[in-house]
This record gives sequence, structure tokens and C-alpha cells, in this order.
Amino acid sequence: MERIKHFFKSFLLFELLKGMKVTGRYLFAPKITVHYPEEKTPQSPRFRGLHALRRYPNGEERCIACKLCEAVCPALAITIESEQREDGTRRTTRYDIDMIKCIFCGFCEEACPVDAIVETRVLEYHGEVRGDLTYTKEMLLAVGDRYEEQIAKDREADAPYR
Amino acid sequence: MDHTQQLFEQMFGAEWGTTVYIVAKNLFYIFAIVVPLLLAVAYLTFAERKIIAYMQIRVGPNRVTFFGIPWLRGWGQPIADAVKAIMKEIIIPTGANKFLFLLAPILTIAPALAAWAVVPFSPELVLADINAGLLYILAMTSLGVYGVIIAGWASNSKYAFLGSMRSAAQVVSYELAMGFALVCVLMMSESLNLGDIVKGQQGDSLLNWYLIPLFPMFLVYFISGVAETNRAPFDVAEGESEIVAGFHVDYSGMAFTVFFLAEYANMILVATLTSIMFLGGWLPPVNIAPFTLIPGVVWLLLKIAFMLFFFLWFRATFPRYRYDQIMRLGWKIFIPITLVWIVLLGALMQLPESIKALFPLNLWFN
Repeated sequence: MERIKHFFKSFLLFELLKGMKVTGRYLFAPKITVHYPEEKTPQSPRFRGLHALRRYPNGEERCIACKLCEAVCPALAITIESEQREDGTRRTTRYDIDMIKCIFCGFCEEACPVDAIVETRVLEYHGEVRGDLTYTKEMLLAVGDRYEEQIAKDREADAPYR
Repeated sequence: MDHTQQLFEQMFGAEWGTTVYIVAKNLFYIFAIVVPLLLAVAYLTFAERKIIAYMQIRVGPNRVTFFGIPWLRGWGQPIADAVKAIMKEIIIPTGANKFLFLLAPILTIAPALAAWAVVPFSPELVLADINAGLLYILAMTSLGVYGVIIAGWASNSKYAFLGSMRSAAQVVSYELAMGFALVCVLMMSESLNLGDIVKGQQGDSLLNWYLIPLFPMFLVYFISGVAETNRAPFDVAEGESEIVAGFHVDYSGMAFTVFFLAEYANMILVATLTSIMFLGGWLPPVNIAPFTLIPGVVWLLLKIAFMLFFFLWFRATFPRYRYDQIMRLGWKIFIPITLVWIVLLGALMQLPESIKALFPLNLWFN
């Protein structure tokens, strides 16, 4: 009996028609595609995008060249050189992040004792020639200056969970 | 038409005028069939991407447009793809046989286009109204497999060769079931001429179409057609997830595109033949006023589009058959079904006239 039932089921293409019913129904289902440049998916305040170097409100750069980020970086993407400035503080002379090596793990951000290196929500950046994606200290500071408001807001939103 | 013939005779003289006229006329018809066909192929790829995307809750290509017209977004995609393909380099592998390598795509597309010669678009509109139309179609659709075999052989690559061997075995197997299904059609219509086959389905409504008495043959023919064109779920010859792209793995640029064109032209051809032989070709579904006013070509095109939609629907729905399953379906299911149906049909046709005149039978047997 079971075999006869199975025979007719397969012979009348029953299961194939059932499958086609599913795809046929989804033909008219609302589409879930996000039309990217016009629409964007929501981002978390913890989003790890392009790096930035922050400043204090008085304009002094936060980074004290402790090199913890360089040490923790699993991809060895960060290169730091430092010296003593005239006022006796320790500052970086060179702070490069090779975005091609970077894996955006966020360890540098975690390691930083002064919240100097952070990852922003920016994900739309590109390079056109070789070396374009090696971000220097000036570029990182510029990114920080540009998005400081957003960065500060995101740190504040995340602060209760730290 | 006579007017044009006279014009040709004046231009080329009485001796050559008629010959030149016939050549020019046939060339014109060929262009009138092939150019819209290639456009249809281009837009079939677009329709395929759109429909499959919609079935997967995506939106598909929706960017490329003409002159920035917003409501045409996506419609420029096939043109853009064609331009890209033409610009690309055709790479010929080092170990390949250059002549055969370049011959293969031509051998694939030529029969796919040539078969259109006997397709009747309306009672008068047919390029070659030959009496062995069905045989010609069978011959042409079988020739396509040579291109595939040669492509796999000439590429000198094991993946391409595997793909072409699979394709050859598959096409040959399904050719049989397809041929037997067509035998039923020609038993019903008692003619090999495609125009006569459509005329045999003429009647009051779609009940007269061969779709109903030959429904299992319709399914067998259409599914075999899907297998013949190496479309999903029978696309083991291509098998992108196992043998990369099968027989055309080493092809690039326009040579690859020609295979692509041939595959889609074959799809349209199978859809057309299904519409002609089972869905009444140019005949309207109901033979009353609003339907009969629409020209037959439009009905044929609508039926082709309907059948093509099933090709795309199948591809969006079914996973690929395993190779032995394909063979089992072809040899152990389709061929027995068709053989049984041929006997059954013959018995029905031999019934006494008094029984054949009863209601459902009088629609198809006269």
C-alpha cells in the first residue's frame, strides 16, 4: 500500500509541484533587499570601521605612544615611532595603520589606555593607487576630527557595558 | 511581393532577377527571425535573473538603464552584459586544438538558429514550409550536442571533457523520449509539417489542443526539453558546483557568450515547439470574438513566454539531479511511459467511428 502511494506520489510529480508552489509564492513576496547606496542597514555603536585618532577637547592629541596597540595588533598593521616633545611629553612622530593588513578586530581600541585610537562607523573608503590605504598619523587625526561628535556619542552609548 | 520581384528583374535583368530576388527575400526573412530571436535571448537572460531573484526574495538587476530613464532601470543590463562580453579577450588554452576550439561554439549556435526555419508563426508566416518539419527539428536539436562534445574535446581539459561526456550521454538519452513523445503528436496530426500540426488542433477552444489527450507526452516532452538544453535541474554538464562550468570551462569572452546564446536560443526553441505541438501554436484559447481578434503571432509569443517561465521556475526550485538519477528518469521512466502511450493512442485511433464520435473523443479524433 505504502509503495503504491509512493508510486503515485512520485508519478504525479506531487512533491515537485509542492516545491514549485513554495517558489511561486515567494515570487510575489515582499523583497528584503536593501538598496545599498540609497538605503543602509542600521549600525551598532560598536561598529568597527575605519580607524581614527582622537584629540582632547583642548585640541591636544590623546595618543601617548605607549605602543600597546602596536603590541596587541594581531595583523601587525600598526607602526609607531615616538620621541619626547619640547614640553617633556611622549608623543608619536609616526603612527601608520596599513588598512590592507588590518583585520578590524578592535584590539587596538581595547588596548588603548587613553581612548586615542578608535574605530569609527565609516566603512565607505577606498584607495586608488598602491599605498593609499596606509593611513598616516595626519590622516587618522583628520578622520578623528571629522567624526569626533559621532565617536564621542558612540563611546558614551557603550560606556555602561564596559 | 510581385512588385518587388519586378523591381529586382529590372535591376539585375530577367536572367538573374528572380535568383537575386529569392536570395534577398530569404535573407530578409532570416534577419527578421534571427535579430528578434537574439534580442529575445538577451532579454530572456534578464527575465531569468529577475524572476529567479524574485523567487529568492531579492530584486535582481535594477541599475543599468537607458539615458537615465528611471522606470527602465535594469533593462539595460543585457545590453551592458553583451558589450562587456564582446570587449573581453578570447583566451585559447595552450593545449587546445585552435580550429575545433573556435568551431565548437559555432556548431552549437548554428542548429539552435537553423531550427527556426520551419517554425510557423502564423498560418502564412513561416520561412520554410517543408513537409518533414518535425524531422528537421529533431535533426537540428540533436546536432547541438556536437558543439558541446567538440568544445569539451578541444579544450584539452579534464573538467571540460567530463562535462561534454555527461552532456552527450544525457542528450542522447533524452532524445529518445523526446522522439517518442513527438511520435504521439504526429500520430494525432498525421503530418510532419508543423503548420499542419497546429491546424490539426483547430477547434472551438483549448480543449482541442493536444495538451489534453497527450498530457503525459506534454510533460515528457517538456522535461526532456529541459534536459536537452542542459538546464537546471538537469545541468550536470555545466555543474558549476562540481566541475566548474563543464564543457565551456576554458571559454571566455565572445566564445563563451555564443554558448550562452545557444543555450537560451535552445530554451526558446523548446518552448516554441511545446507551444506549437501541444498548446495549439498560433490558435487562440477560445474561438470567440475578443480572442480571435488578437493576431496569431501574439498568441504564439504568449504561449512561448508561458513555457519559458517554467524553465526559470524549475531552475529556481529544483536542486540538480544526480547523474544516475537523470539516466534513470530518461531510460526507466520516460521511455516506458511514451511507449505505453503510443500503444494506447494507437488503440484509441483504431476505435470504431461510432465510439470516436462520442463527446470527449470527437474533439481530437476525426
